[in-house]
Amino acid sequence: MVEHFSDVMIRARGLRKSFGDLEAVKGIDIEVHKGEAFGFLGPNGAGKSSTMRMIAAVSPASGGELSILGMDPAKDGPAIRARLGVCPQEDTLDVELNVFDNLYIYGRYFGIPRAEVRARAEELLAFVQLTEKRTAKVEDLSGGMKRRLTIARSLINRPDVLLLDEPTTGLDPQARHLLWDRLFRLKQQGVTLVITTHYMDEAEQLADRLVVMDKGVIAAEGSPLELIRQYSTREVAELRFPVGDHDATAEKIADLGERVEVLPDRILVYSDDGEHVLEEVHGRGLRPLATLVRRSTLEDVFLRLTGRTLVD
Amino acid sequence: MSATTTPRPVSIRSPLRPFEGSGLIVLRNYVTYKSQWKLFATGFLEPVFYLFSIGIGVGKLIHVFEFNGHAIPYAEFVAPGMLAASAFNGALLDSTFNVFFKLKYEKLYDQLLVTPLTTSDVARGEIIWGQLRGGSYSLAFLVVMWALGLVHSWWAVLAFPAALLIGFAFSAVCMSLTTFMTSWQDFDKITMVQLPLFLFSGTFFPITAFHGVLRWVIEVTPLYRGVVLCRELTTGVITWESGFSLVYLVAMGVLGLVVVRRRLDALLLT
Repeated sequence: MVEHFSDVMIRARGLRKSFGDLEAVKGIDIEVHKGEAFGFLGPNGAGKSSTMRMIAAVSPASGGELSILGMDPAKDGPAIRARLGVCPQEDTLDVELNVFDNLYIYGRYFGIPRAEVRARAEELLAFVQLTEKRTAKVEDLSGGMKRRLTIARSLINRPDVLLLDEPTTGLDPQARHLLWDRLFRLKQQGVTLVITTHYMDEAEQLADRLVVMDKGVIAAEGSPLELIRQYSTREVAELRFPVGDHDATAEKIADLGERVEVLPDRILVYSDDGEHVLEEVHGRGLRPLATLVRRSTLEDVFLRLTGRTLVD
Repeated sequence: MSATTTPRPVSIRSPLRPFEGSGLIVLRNYVTYKSQWKLFATGFLEPVFYLFSIGIGVGKLIHVFEFNGHAIPYAEFVAPGMLAASAFNGALLDSTFNVFFKLKYEKLYDQLLVTPLTTSDVARGEIIWGQLRGGSYSLAFLVVMWALGLVHSWWAVLAFPAALLIGFAFSAVCMSLTTFMTSWQDFDKITMVQLPLFLFSGTFFPITAFHGVLRWVIEVTPLYRGVVLCRELTTGVITWESGFSLVYLVAMGVLGLVVVRRRLDALLLT
């Protein structure tokens, strides 16, 4: 397979990060291509944020290779950072500056000329719907507004790669959807997105390709659909029986799906045909209190790969 | 995909010119201060109050005062001490409390370091800013001294850069100490050093009041070096002591700056 050099925005080989005795990232290989939305999915402590900080060229790698935009972060940190947009997990806005100055001063850090930064700041305020708040203090903004301002700020240098660390954590549904919409538009403009999240719906919405990280290693890699196909079945039948009956019932229907999972409140049967599972259940004389047939989601993949499963 | 597809690293320069980054941090601090100019004004008044109360008030009780073999009024002795002490106090405040707040609470430096700015830019920018602020106080104070007739030599013009040097030396060292602090309680230690330095560095009375080891100790404390430098310049009685002070303070500042940058690397680029 032949690849164009310029197409690879981020490449890591055996990338490691340790903090004293703790090994947060234990040798991962990744490759992010131009214009792609790449996701890091994983529970807290999986090593996502540590990886992001290394990609942002602020945290030196403890081992392995890392190349960002064809450059070495250990040598060309400032030049790499000049072309990245970083939206950190916490909103670290400059609380001593007002909304507009947060964009203006931040833009100046990139060496962008005054008039140009002013124009871009106005443009970005409109893009994230904060024009009316331009002279407001940062502390007077709502959580969603702060997040939008952080995103606007990360775009001031027109980055080639935008790094988003849990971009919608703590936001209400309206704010999340507005943000997703903005990120989708950026992607259409050709900006490469790298996103970490522990929200499955976010990963499915935004990522073309993702890796599932767990305990510092990559547990799986692929598009959301590929991952679902590989690690789950097309459908899931959820069956609810009276409390206490679940273990006994699960044995009786274990052969109905590729996999059966017993939860405290319901049994999950993983199968390509959920309706058929229900018919069989009824055919065996079992009477669930409630049933639901749904498509498999990334959440099923995630839970299978990172815990709470019968398969160890 | 094979190992040969690894892109060849090309070294590309930062978009910022050398020292432009430090200048941008100064710009950022200037914008935040525009709305707080009253806070700015109070810093100037402190040494002036000392000068009036002790230099002129207490000075009335002292008729003739000898300094380096010259008889001078007491106020002329105290004023340069206040000039040095205000540069010291200003630098201390800026590089301890303010830097600690930005470092630990505001997480300002974390924000700056994801841009092309570096830890050197942060260290230099913060220290330059401190000197701009402190320097404007020193300049104003020198003008007050001149207006009160406490200056008799053209050497006094050099007391302004001397005050900047004192500020630089203390800013750099105090900022490096701040990077080791973990909570606000640690600042008690700073106050414990600040007050004796302020009172016993030959600021209000001559060092000849001390004898033996104690005198030797005071002679090598940094504020004393600063006070001597300012006093020799404003009175025009220059000795080799000023030369020693100059070298001492430059070395102290440079050392502090190196430690600050290393500590910021260790704290922020993890």
